[in-house]
Amino acid sequence: MQENPPLQHSTTPSLQPSDGPAIEAHGLTRRFGHVAAVDALDLTVERGRIHGFLGPNGSGKTTTLRMLCGLLRPSAGTAKVLGMDVAHEAEAIRRQIGYMTQRFSLYEDLTVIENLEFVAVVQGLPAKKRRLRVDELLGRYGLNDRRRQIVGTLSGGERQRLALSAAVLHEPKLLFLDEPTAAVDPQNRRDFWESLFDISDGGTTILVSTHYMDEAERCHSLSILDVGRLAASGRPRRLAEALGQRVVEVETATPREAQTALHRAAGVLSVAQIGTHLHILVDEGASDPVGVVTAALRDAGLKGQVTSARPGLEDVFVAVTIARRKREAERSAA
Amino acid sequence: MNSLRRLFAIMQKEFRQLKRDRVSFGMIVMIPLIQLTIFGYAINSDVRHLRAAVSDESRTDLSRELIAMVQQTQVVDIVGAASGPRELEQWLKEGRISVGIVIPFDYARRVERGESQPAQLLVDGSDPIVGQAAVQVAQLRLPGVKASAASRNAAVEERTHSFSTAVVPFNVPPIAISVPAFEIRLDYNPERISAVSIVPALLGVILTMTMVLFTAVAIVRERERGTLEMLITTPVRTAELMIGKIVPCIGVGLVQISIILGLGVVLFHVPIRGSLVDLYIAGLAFIIANLTMGLLNSTFAQNQFQAMQLTFFFFLPSILLSGFMFPFDGMPVPAQWIGEMLPLTHFNRMSRGILLRGATLAEVGRDLWPMAAFFGVMMSVVLLRFRKRLD
Repeated sequence: MQENPPLQHSTTPSLQPSDGPAIEAHGLTRRFGHVAAVDALDLTVERGRIHGFLGPNGSGKTTTLRMLCGLLRPSAGTAKVLGMDVAHEAEAIRRQIGYMTQRFSLYEDLTVIENLEFVAVVQGLPAKKRRLRVDELLGRYGLNDRRRQIVGTLSGGERQRLALSAAVLHEPKLLFLDEPTAAVDPQNRRDFWESLFDISDGGTTILVSTHYMDEAERCHSLSILDVGRLAASGRPRRLAEALGQRVVEVETATPREAQTALHRAAGVLSVAQIGTHLHILVDEGASDPVGVVTAALRDAGLKGQVTSARPGLEDVFVAVTIARRKREAERSAA
Repeated sequence: MNSLRRLFAIMQKEFRQLKRDRVSFGMIVMIPLIQLTIFGYAINSDVRHLRAAVSDESRTDLSRELIAMVQQTQVVDIVGAASGPRELEQWLKEGRISVGIVIPFDYARRVERGESQPAQLLVDGSDPIVGQAAVQVAQLRLPGVKASAASRNAAVEERTHSFSTAVVPFNVPPIAISVPAFEIRLDYNPERISAVSIVPALLGVILTMTMVLFTAVAIVRERERGTLEMLITTPVRTAELMIGKIVPCIGVGLVQISIILGLGVVLFHVPIRGSLVDLYIAGLAFIIANLTMGLLNSTFAQNQFQAMQLTFFFFLPSILLSGFMFPFDGMPVPAQWIGEMLPLTHFNRMSRGILLRGATLAEVGRDLWPMAAFFGVMMSVVLLRFRKRLD
């Protein structure tokens, strides 16, 4: 029996000596009736990383996390979590993972301390360690003066920090977070991510799902999910750089007219207005994106200043989802 | 060690939640209190004060004596006098009276000649319980008649009308009540007070409802609020979770038994002839059997409303087929088989035995085994069905 190793944030190196990836999945599939919520997903998450799942609602993020936690059985494919098979060794996996559900899942009619002590016992923390660990987490996540408060009366940020405390109480090797910042203001979100880096620094691997671009950008590595399929994966910076020169910005006095014109233009994938300028993503094949946009504006009789821009993660996301929709449209037309 | 600690933690959590949940806490006390008070007073199988009318065509001292005698039984209250049997029949049909007493013009002569059944009762047979009650009137002995005649003859002939077919309401031939051959001695409830026999049965009925519902809700609530998803991703075992949920409910059940018994003794003077320890042991077995039903319920129900519906799906057959509502021996054999499977049937027999007949647990112990079997089967199904998964 291997006990959970203590998490000492300052002394352990940020990457543990690796014995295989923390998560490895091949062709992971989950069907509900005839609908495939997750479809042939391949995934590798190295130990010690913060890996992000980026995707809109219904893209299969929660279903994937639940399969990896052993809560849902895969319809097809295999997944190994910390070297153990999710289909057959779910109980052993549960001892080493922490899971923060999308919906708040602690007892609202118990106090902060009652909740944490309950989770500590259920997770099998030895009696001596329990108090110390609970106190440590209450201090770290700023819940000390909320100890005796009934959880139902906490604010959104406090609840989220309590949920995180409960998920890391037993010092899991792998932490699953399902849209952890959904009900939290920007300041709390920033603080929350600082906590995640602290936890990661202690050697814990983190898999976090989100639909916020700024959060996805903070991850070490990223999987972009779209209707249950893996649309792209890699380091956020690399994913953006891979778009090359395809992002163009237009500064114009008549943004609405320009947007309408560009929507119709061949070779333009998407146009979004940001304040007074337009943010444009051009087709993959185009050799001169600035030229394509300039020509389209000229043809419509509109004026504007066209410049090349640095692609962001949102462009990556738009590029992969629109490319998919185009493929589907072509397939149904054929 | 860890297993025991986890079990204790779950139980402690349940008690804390129960303590803070005013509504549930109130229900534990109020449900038995209110139900026992209402049912104890309301359910009365010893029918009295049926509305009756008389058609006295004899108008003699003898006939007036008969009417007075009938009235003294308190089974009927005479609310009117009819001009003749026809009018009585009309009143019966309209539902204004349940019993009609027909005294023919030659009543006095018939009595003197020692004729059997000198008078007639018209009874509304559409309610079986009214029919049964009227029998008591039919068995009256006439005053002033020689002992030999009285022992042979009942005073009144009873004729039951069946209103089940409205077109020909009076097609049932007169039923001659045979000579009462047996003297009835009611041993364990001589005054025939319904509450005395109702309370031991209500004990089981109330527990069936609250136990099944409480256990089911205890688990379904966690599913509904999302806390089950957190719980099942921890190393907690199914058995720990189930037992941790069951034990506080057992406590609730024992508290309810005490409330019902206490109230039964104070309000309805229910005797406790057997040993209280025996009763609590029988009660414990019954509670545990019902709790497994609650657990099974929770493996089907996705929310508390469904848990409630499933509880009633089990509760209704329990009260109808256990012998609580209708005598067990009168049911068709297949219905008796179903009845034998229900824990309530067996608990009713045990609680009546222990409380009213002063039986020991050993004497009514044969009713423990069906409950144990029920528990075994239900628990196996529950452990097979409850998976630490969401699918």
